Amino acid sequence: MAQEHAHSSAVEKLLNCEVPLRAQYIRVLFREITRISNHSLALTTHAMDVGASTPFLWAFEEREKLLEFYERVSGARMHASFIRPGGVAQDLPLGLCRDIDSSTQQFSSRIDELEEMSTGNRIWKQRLVDIGTVTAQQAKDWGFSGVMLRGPGVCWDSRRAAPYDVHDQLDPDVPVGTRGDRYDRYCIRIEEMRQSVRIIVQCLNKMPSGMIKADDRKLCPPSRCRMKLSMESSIHHFELYTEGFSVPAPSTYTAVEAPKGEFGVFLVSNGSNRPYRRKIRAPGSAHSQGLDSMSKHHMPADVVTIIGTQDIVSGEVDR
Amino acid sequence: MIIDTTEVQDINSFSRLESLKEVYGIIGMFLPILTLVLGITIGVLVIVWLEREISAGIQQRIGPEYAGPLGILQALADGTKLIFKENLFPSRGDIRLFSIGPSIAVISILLSYSVIPFSYHFVLSDLNIGVFLWIAISSIAPIGLLMSGYGSNNKYSFLGGLRAAAQSISYEIPLTLCVLSISLLSNSSSTVDIVEAQSKYGFWGWNLWRQPIGFFVFLISSLAECERLPFDLPEAEEELVAGYQTEYSGIKFGLFYVASYLNLLVSSLFVTVLYLGGWNISIPYIFVPELFEINKVGRVFGTTIGIFITLAKTYLFLFISITTRWTLPRLRIDQLLNLGWKFLLPISLGNLLLTTSFQLISL
Repeated sequence: MAQEHAHSSAVEKLLNCEVPLRAQYIRVLFREITRISNHSLALTTHAMDVGASTPFLWAFEEREKLLEFYERVSGARMHASFIRPGGVAQDLPLGLCRDIDSSTQQFSSRIDELEEMSTGNRIWKQRLVDIGTVTAQQAKDWGFSGVMLRGPGVCWDSRRAAPYDVHDQLDPDVPVGTRGDRYDRYCIRIEEMRQSVRIIVQCLNKMPSGMIKADDRKLCPPSRCRMKLSMESSIHHFELYTEGFSVPAPSTYTAVEAPKGEFGVFLVSNGSNRPYRRKIRAPGSAHSQGLDSMSKHHMPADVVTIIGTQDIVSGEVDR
Repeated sequence: MIIDTTEVQDINSFSRLESLKEVYGIIGMFLPILTLVLGITIGVLVIVWLEREISAGIQQRIGPEYAGPLGILQALADGTKLIFKENLFPSRGDIRLFSIGPSIAVISILLSYSVIPFSYHFVLSDLNIGVFLWIAISSIAPIGLLMSGYGSNNKYSFLGGLRAAAQSISYEIPLTLCVLSISLLSNSSSTVDIVEAQSKYGFWGWNLWRQPIGFFVFLISSLAECERLPFDLPEAEEELVAGYQTEYSGIKFGLFYVASYLNLLVSSLFVTVLYLGGWNISIPYIFVPELFEINKVGRVFGTTIGIFITLAKTYLFLFISITTRWTLPRLRIDQLLNLGWKFLLPISLGNLLLTTSFQLISL
């Protein structure tokens, strides 16, 4: 959902469209759920590369619960297509907030269990400390972002540096590492999961009622019952689902703090309803280029685990 | 004439009796071996099932449940599937080495079972140098691994084979030194004598209490010898595909799989024999074996109880090693060899020194 968020933010910036407050809170809520889901996958597949195969299964049980939330809100477990330009697609179903709340209450103990298996483990530390070290200057040179950048100590988080949605009203701590090795990045990801839980709880507490899409019917489709009763709504529905909406001319680069790093969309529009150019800046493609310099003077067994700690997905590298 | 025929008949019947006796003698020699092999095979099947159930429990999932009740026949099903698969040979690999490699690994482990006492009088061959035989024969296994790695014509398999051989050789020395300390304590290298020496005070007579350092070194070394996590770098999937097992398919791969579990079972049995008191009931101050020597039925009953106790202690250790496998991450090869040479070897040498000094002082 972070990627949908990036694209929708880019389109909204070009359109100069205002997103209602409730939609912003819902977006942040699901972005943090995405963050937890991604980190639990990344960390535990990384652990499986190192050899500990059990946290993988424990974290995927947690991920099942989060995917169930995705499905309840959008209909699809992974590629939700829920965050749309102008807001979100549908309102939260009844009972979802209560279920998310009860899930977050037990989630911290799950993270504790994961940590118990790994963080203090001497073998784990032996495999992770001082491996794949990146200095702050190297990280900035290579274009790292996200956890790879916060590992060496550069405190840059797009949610704080260039706040979007309601991030300036929420109050997460941003974990930053010191040495820039794999152990630091592992600890940062665990801590980010805990902070995401905090943000989710704050969102649930502060969630206002209201509209979930921008009021402009030329951008956001009307609800179906409106569409069946009103002529203008029918026409808007038809226009939006066949032709779409036109976006004014200039271009924009919008980046969000995706769990893997900084996910940016460079959108160039020529005034029509199709983008002239949409370039996606994926964090994985920058991180994977640093693999060579990160794995110098280490063993082949470390190369596999360095790929795991960079949290690369081949799809975003190749695009 | 009549005397001649009766003499001839006597001679004929005598030779028939003799040949029957010889045949019975040969069968009598093979029957214990076959029983042991059958027992070991069933033991390996049980271990495979145990591993899958325990790992499922640790990972919060259900293990096999479709093949037989509670999934007991799952290992048999896997073995049958492997038998039916095509037997591939690498085209430019050394076919003889490729074929013999797994067999050598399995044969050397199977031979070690002959010196394990399952109960008093229930050992295949009561040698004076029982544990020494185990150490010597298990040293043949790295040759099999090297042969399979080299014969695969695949540089990653070769690397895996080299790593496996290096690991096996490095961890044999702490293993041998621990076993040497035990032999010193028990004044004998025969496995039966070692168990007998632990039988006096029940639970408190175990060598575990007299050799705690040795026990831990033996535990770690035997896990490394079996190539179980945290020492399973030779077959680490992420780095070397499957190490020296990469090019194998069908029943040869099944042989490697079985060899791994056979090794685990023999290590667990040796832990039981050397440190946990073997077939003794181990509840202090109950001298049960004397009760059972009364008559033949009592002896059979006593032997059966001994076998059960040995197996129970073995499966305790097996539970520990299976849990360790699914809990800990993997060591890198240089960290592994560091552990073996720079940590375990000095400790086991120190242990041997301590044991020797105590023996000298008590003399």
